[in-house]
Amino acid sequence: MLGNEVKRGSTEMLILALVEDRPRHGYEIAKLIEERSDGVLQFHVASLYPLLYRMEKRGLIKGTWVEKAGQRRRRFYKVTAQGKKVLTEQRQTWSDFFAALDRVAKINPA
Amino acid sequence: MNPNWQQIVRDRLAVLRLPPAREIEIVEEVALHLEAIYEDAHADGLSEAEAQACAVQSYDWRLLECELSRVERQWQPPAATLEWLERTGGMRMESLWQDLRFGARMLLKQPGFTLIAVITLALGIGATTAIFSVVNAVLLRPLPFAQAEHIVRLWESLPQSSGLRVAVRYPNFQDWRQQNQAFTHLAAYREDGFNLQAGVEARRLEGARVTADFFNVMGVQPAQGRAFSAQEDAPGGERVVILSHALWQQSFGGDAQWLGRQLKVDGQNYTVVGIMPSGFSFPGFGYANEETHLWFPYALEAPPTGRGPHFLRVLGRLKTGATVEQARTELDTIAQRLEQSYPDTNKGSRVFMIPLHEFFSDELQRPLYVLLSAVLFVLLIACANVANLLLARNAARERELAVRASLGAGRGRLVRQLLTESLLLVTVGGTGGLLLAAWGVTLLTKFGPRDIPRLQEATLDASVLGFTLVVSVLTALIFGLAPAWQRAGLDPNAALKAGARVTGGAGQHLRKSLIVVEVALAMLLLVGAGLMLKSFVALQQVAPGFDAQGGLTMELNLPPEKYAKPEQRASLLEQMLTRLRTLPGVAFAGATHRLPLRGNSAMGFEIEGRPIAEGQPRLRANYRAITPEYFRAMGTPLIAGRTYTDEEAWRKTSAIIINQTLARRHWPNENPIGKRLRTGGNNSPWLEIIGVAADAKENGLTAEVSDGFYVAYVASAAPAMTLVLRTDTDPLSLAATATAEIRRIDAEQALSGINTLSGLLNEATAQPRFNTALLGLFALLALVLAAVGIYGVIAYAVAQRTQEIGLRMALGAQARDVLRLVIGQGMKLALFGIVLGLGGAWALTRLMGTLLFKVSPTDWLTFAGISVLVTLTVLLACYLPARRATKVDPLIALRSE
Repeated sequence: MLGNEVKRGSTEMLILALVEDRPRHGYEIAKLIEERSDGVLQFHVASLYPLLYRMEKRGLIKGTWVEKAGQRRRRFYKVTAQGKKVLTEQRQTWSDFFAALDRVAKINPA
Repeated sequence: MNPNWQQIVRDRLAVLRLPPAREIEIVEEVALHLEAIYEDAHADGLSEAEAQACAVQSYDWRLLECELSRVERQWQPPAATLEWLERTGGMRMESLWQDLRFGARMLLKQPGFTLIAVITLALGIGATTAIFSVVNAVLLRPLPFAQAEHIVRLWESLPQSSGLRVAVRYPNFQDWRQQNQAFTHLAAYREDGFNLQAGVEARRLEGARVTADFFNVMGVQPAQGRAFSAQEDAPGGERVVILSHALWQQSFGGDAQWLGRQLKVDGQNYTVVGIMPSGFSFPGFGYANEETHLWFPYALEAPPTGRGPHFLRVLGRLKTGATVEQARTELDTIAQRLEQSYPDTNKGSRVFMIPLHEFFSDELQRPLYVLLSAVLFVLLIACANVANLLLARNAARERELAVRASLGAGRGRLVRQLLTESLLLVTVGGTGGLLLAAWGVTLLTKFGPRDIPRLQEATLDASVLGFTLVVSVLTALIFGLAPAWQRAGLDPNAALKAGARVTGGAGQHLRKSLIVVEVALAMLLLVGAGLMLKSFVALQQVAPGFDAQGGLTMELNLPPEKYAKPEQRASLLEQMLTRLRTLPGVAFAGATHRLPLRGNSAMGFEIEGRPIAEGQPRLRANYRAITPEYFRAMGTPLIAGRTYTDEEAWRKTSAIIINQTLARRHWPNENPIGKRLRTGGNNSPWLEIIGVAADAKENGLTAEVSDGFYVAYVASAAPAMTLVLRTDTDPLSLAATATAEIRRIDAEQALSGINTLSGLLNEATAQPRFNTALLGLFALLALVLAAVGIYGVIAYAVAQRTQEIGLRMALGAQARDVLRLVIGQGMKLALFGIVLGLGGAWALTRLMGTLLFKVSPTDWLTFAGISVLVTLTVLLACYLPARRATKVDPLIALRSE
């Protein structure tokens, strides 16, 4: 149960953080999460697109079909203003959490 | 060759039946992802087939279906709802099952807490269920007759009886039957005992004489054979009988050949014409060991003169659509016509009727609902205790809940988890409660008063189980919701920043409030129980008017057909009593047609020299037919004069004995001995008062004694009498020899209702004893639960304030200062609860007024005494943790974090 909640709470933040700089498509998002976490963070790929659709319905990200020359069209997701606000809040929450963990268990986040 | 990824995805997602445009988008996007995985795998060296398999297997298709089905519903809930669903996990069965497993694990990790909570809940739910099963059987369950709500019981109401209901005269009954429009049928019945001859043994059985319409009124026809015909119900009609199913099974082997055969009852042969369905036993309905087994035609005859005595018990079945009020108005109109036609006998006579259901339950509603309220209070206290336990436990889990909240679990999600644990507790507690209830119902039906109708039918049926389920769910919500909501709403940041020490401060107010409520409810119950106990003690001290020790009673019924003449009955009874007096151990032998405490038979009378004015009703008094040694057998003193001689009792009398109340009322300043009165009409003889007997309670211990007289047996020659034997030994040891002696005189004679006078007295106090015992039990349980609750709160508070206490002691506080601090905290709470409870008791005990005897509902002594008891109990509950607090080592306390 804790695993589900960690996933639900943290994956959104990861996605928002990845699309904060520039729009990305789903496969790119999945690859980046795995690569940048050195394989530590993995989740069911089958959860990715439903999560993207859910975040889109909540107005945190916006998906747009983009067709580049010589390539098939792909759906790119970018962060919205609402998504930026949520990302900021979640960053603060996680920061507080790690600080608390550090006080209790002497964990120094990287 | 590149697989057709879109087709593969489309095939997998077809089950979702997405809107076409949406399906195209999703299929295209997921297919691109699959294709990218395929190309990466192929670039890594896998063959096309392997790369394809790798791509397909990288997807959990079932999970994708589930997740997409949630997201892509046809309707579009608002964004806020979606966010809530997302944060709480919705109502997916997976997370509910996870909640249950997690909850069970958490409860098993703390067996002490779980055991206390489960036992507390089991006690509360079990007691509530047991009492509800009695309330259900006695008050709520419909009578087992077709359209029972249409059956009413009728009486006459006479002005000279202060409007009380009396039995109906036969001619009045006939006129009602002929002239009414409101009823489909009106019937009359009379319960009686009968001697059934089976072989050489005579058995005494309860039976009834009923008019032919009786079974139509009850809506129940014989299961075999038929009911009585109008010819059989006429004087001189054929001797027929209908048997109960139980008698037919037990005594006649359930043999259908018995229909049409002859039975010997009271020395006469009767033809069996019908067998009633199983379970039908009216009018001996609902009372243990008093079921009716034999029904005979009433064969009523009009009285030779006048309108006759009041003796009929009447039932009616209302027509569909007719109400009791309409029927009462119509019959009152008929009664007014009869009053004009028969002014001598029917002056002021009206009709009283109530639905049959009320007839059985009327007097029991208040005491039973008081008991049900009491157990519900106990249940509330149990809920408060468990809520307190949960609050303390949830405080210890504050960190875990804060971490989960910070990781995305919404308030609703946390509430759901905590409520699931409450439901688990209540499921186990409720199951234990059901077992307790089953045991409790067995005890109640076995030892409960015999005069509570249908008590024997109390059982854990579907309605009771449904009630238990509702009570259990409400219990879980009551004790679970407040702690869950309070705990789930905490700011996780604040909780995580609070350091290692768990604060729990936010729950303290709630816990203290719960304690105040518990103490208040316990006060309420204890005051109620205290009043009932005081009332019961007062009842026990009422002098019944006879010596309850050393008296044996036996009921005798002389068959009217075998002993048709009064002088035959008088001679037989005299013979029986003479023989019984000679038995070893028997000091005196008497008889009466109605024992004290068994109700009244009333009779009009007139005093010589004080004629009744024209238009005025006659004086009325209760009467009992007695034999010469009756007073000595009963231990009732004669305070003036003498008892009857044998001549006066058995052959001819011009004497009468009155009771003290009648003597005081009508001859307050003179000796009534030698004065005369008459009981019949103007032509009846004057009877000389030869004795004044001490008052004996006629209609229960609480009713005032009315005017009464004791007529000589020969004046009534009643066929049904109760023999009373006075002895110095154990009365029941005489029963066998007395029965044998009676049978030597008449082998067909069967005795029944063998009892003692102390048993008679016990029966009179059975219901108050039952009510007091149960209320007392619940009140004690409430006090114990409240004390345990206070102990828990104070112990928890002491644990919370360990550092503070250590600091105070380090600064010089003595043990008595610590005691004062801790006990003071508890007593403050208790004081609020006591005051609240006293106020509630002041308001509510007035509802118990009719249950109390010689005790005011606001008896200050009881209120004060209970306040002291609760204060002392709370003091003890606070003292134990307070004493532990004085043993705190200041150094250790200050170092602890």
